[in-house]
Amino acid sequence: MTEIDPLRAGHAAWCEADAPHSLVLRLPADQPLLMDAGVALAPLNIAYQTYGVLNADKSNAILVCHALTGDQHVANVHPLTGKPGWWETMVGPGKPVDTDRYFIICSNVVGGCLGTTGPASTNPATGQPYGLTMPMVTIRDMVRAQAMLVDHLGIDQLFCAIGGSMGGMQVLQWAATYPERVFSAIPIATAARHSSQNIAFHEVGRQAVMADPEWAAGRYFETGRLPTKGLAVARMAAHITYLSDEALHRKFGRKFQNKTAPTFSFDADFQIESYLRHQGSTFVERFDANSYLYLTRAMDYFDLAADYEGSLARAFQHTKTRFCVASFTSDWLFPTAASRSIVHALNAGGASVSFVEIETDKGHDAFLLDVPELFATTSGFLEGAARARGLKTAKGTS
Amino acid sequence: MTERSAPLFALDTARVDLLVVAGMVAPNTRVLDIGCGDGTLLRLLAEERGVDARGIELSQRGVNDCVAKGLSVIQGDADTDLIDYPDDSFDYVILSQTLQATRNPRRVLEQMLRIGRRAIVSFPNFGYWRIRGQLMFRGRMPITENLPIPWYETPNIHFCTIRDFRALVDEVDAQIERAVALDNSGAPMRVNAPWWVWNLFGEQAVFLLERQS
Repeated sequence: MTEIDPLRAGHAAWCEADAPHSLVLRLPADQPLLMDAGVALAPLNIAYQTYGVLNADKSNAILVCHALTGDQHVANVHPLTGKPGWWETMVGPGKPVDTDRYFIICSNVVGGCLGTTGPASTNPATGQPYGLTMPMVTIRDMVRAQAMLVDHLGIDQLFCAIGGSMGGMQVLQWAATYPERVFSAIPIATAARHSSQNIAFHEVGRQAVMADPEWAAGRYFETGRLPTKGLAVARMAAHITYLSDEALHRKFGRKFQNKTAPTFSFDADFQIESYLRHQGSTFVERFDANSYLYLTRAMDYFDLAADYEGSLARAFQHTKTRFCVASFTSDWLFPTAASRSIVHALNAGGASVSFVEIETDKGHDAFLLDVPELFATTSGFLEGAARARGLKTAKGTS
Repeated sequence: MTERSAPLFALDTARVDLLVVAGMVAPNTRVLDIGCGDGTLLRLLAEERGVDARGIELSQRGVNDCVAKGLSVIQGDADTDLIDYPDDSFDYVILSQTLQATRNPRRVLEQMLRIGRRAIVSFPNFGYWRIRGQLMFRGRMPITENLPIPWYETPNIHFCTIRDFRALVDEVDAQIERAVALDNSGAPMRVNAPWWVWNLFGEQAVFLLERQS
């Protein structure tokens, strides 16, 4: 495994937590985030990026909600990794979420580590990172913070909220909590609640982090030594769940890494081992271990129906929001059945809903990859919604 | 809106039934079209009759085409997914040229009449004289312009005649509000012709049903 200098890696990540390379909304102490945990979090920072131009009546804003390990850098070079934005296949000039037509907003979620207040942020009361003193975060807290940002930008109603996986959870929460503020919603490869199996995988990841002695009960910022080994293992385990068996087999099979025969050792003989180790080691350079604990927990706690007397249909009753739900055939982490139950609830609530199950062997990660059917569905749906909203269409006529 | 300027409903005669179906739908109602294909009927209903039109379609291609037109369409199966809709959620539930391809036509029809007060069903009439003729004189499963696929490849597993369908309507406690038979040119046949004439000379039929009670 590539050796990471923990101090250097930690330093870069922590710089982003307090002074990110993006826009930041710094809300004063009298505008706290009222969290589900019963805590008023203040002062609150929300790090975000925007792309495109907000039109005169502020009706063309699209909120992109990022997934577990995503961030606000949707469509620009990432400040830590130097890689392209995480959704440049979907967001950009002439792309389905077209920056030439729409005003795109993406903010780092509460509990994240790229500039929005989270466990890696410095608590102004102590001068130390929050660490585990950060209140527990929920998907609804993330959405509340996003709504504060949208307020700050002077936008009454989003034209669309779109996101995959944990981002899709936020999209559903937006539609349930602020139905009149979301004209259309595109939840992709997601679920209205985290399944037992998903919670189980997350718990494995958290235990891997906590079993690393460098984690030091979340106070690793005092030693300067980071729980990179535990976090890398967590990432490796999670990464397997994002891919499908077929995709792994197609990509790696049983192929050896730079070898023709096994070494009869525990070195990374197989390409898949080497790939996972690489995924783990690059992840720890850009992500805070405590943040990973908080965000996986937020997903675990997500159960939208529970807030509506156990009826998901009630969460969306009489909604005017237009929905487009998408799932992938080979996604076993957020399988099509989970999307279908969202669709059933929307139907029962009388909502306008489209649903497509896209055939691909790319697994859960398909929403981030080059899947033409997803792009066609998204751009077609947005085009129809833009017509209904009275926005300019692709050809420039309304 | 460039697509709109193109002729919107360049229907070939095979789909004249869609215009007949659309003519049975009252304006400004809620409609579910099962097996909506590329959304031609949904669009016709939405744009010409102000209908709140929703669809179900099995093929991903069809769903994508519909979503790209701004229509609300769900990927789903008439045989398995109607059960998820609440009672009385639509004014009309439409099944055009699909009944004969379902695994359980009776259950599908019952579900349609549960979800909506009215159901509109169009289907190819297996009692049409050319079909009878092929079976009688050639002793082979019929292949016509309207039903061009050989028996071993056709998705149509439950053919019926107009007379058969009327019997099914009785079985499921529905009543026929209107019925139209189309001849081989796609033109509606005389309304006052007796049923046996329709059953012999109608190539397709369109029924508007209403739930009893």
